[in-house]
Amino acid sequence: MNVSFSSFQGELTAFLSGDIDHHGARDMRRRIDGEVERSHPSLLILDFSSVQFMDSSAIGLIMGRYRLMQLIGGYIRVSNVPAHLKRLIELSGIGALGVLEYKGKEKDKNESA
Amino acid sequence: MKVLNEMKLSFMSRSVNEGFARGAVSAFLMQLDPTVTQLADVKTAVSEAVTNCIVHAYPEGAGMIYISAKIAEEGKFIVSVRDKGCGIADVRQAMEPLFTTGGEERAGLGFAVMQSFTDSIRVTSKPGRGTTVTMVKRLKKDE
Repeated sequence: MNVSFSSFQGELTAFLSGDIDHHGARDMRRRIDGEVERSHPSLLILDFSSVQFMDSSAIGLIMGRYRLMQLIGGYIRVSNVPAHLKRLIELSGIGALGVLEYKGKEKDKNESA
Repeated sequence: MKVLNEMKLSFMSRSVNEGFARGAVSAFLMQLDPTVTQLADVKTAVSEAVTNCIVHAYPEGAGMIYISAKIAEEGKFIVSVRDKGCGIADVRQAMEPLFTTGGEERAGLGFAVMQSFTDSIRVTSKPGRGTTVTMVKRLKKDE
């Protein structure tokens, strides 16, 4: 099980775990999209707290879900990205979509500078 | 350049092998005692290179992917990922961030990630013959 869900008042949270690569992302995508189509949330939260590894396939996964939520008039939020995965997130520029939410983001930036 | 250790790996271009490939390369890298960040960098870069072979190199089915990893003096780690697939007609264009022929679910960031997570990358490709991506990561800081 690489995705589990919780739903509360129109907010759907997908807890992602394990490795997000091209192979794993395919199954995650199918399951998230199935759940979104079933429950039509106004907000989809992708929770990365249990993700061990990711490559750019995870960025594709986020961008694809961003488009899906736009299509149904909802929003997406990416939360709890572990520190060791932030570099890839920052490189991707998806922060410009305004979907990122992580605690102490500025602090981490200063530390790595 | 004096090579101190070397390993070679070949496997089919099945997506289930992506985890195997980066796992095997990182297991080999462990003897250089990498930091957590260095290990993650190499794993990510290898994952991108292997994914490119799987997504693009063999559009008509599975072919073989060949990885070689070398450890040279002064903590130099050289990993090369090669396929005998369709090749890339325009390597420069393929390496541009956000360029992709992989469809909506691909971000077009594979080469950008490889470039930023390693110290150098060289891509050679011949249409119809295949592609080789060679990346170098220096694990020891220069004096």
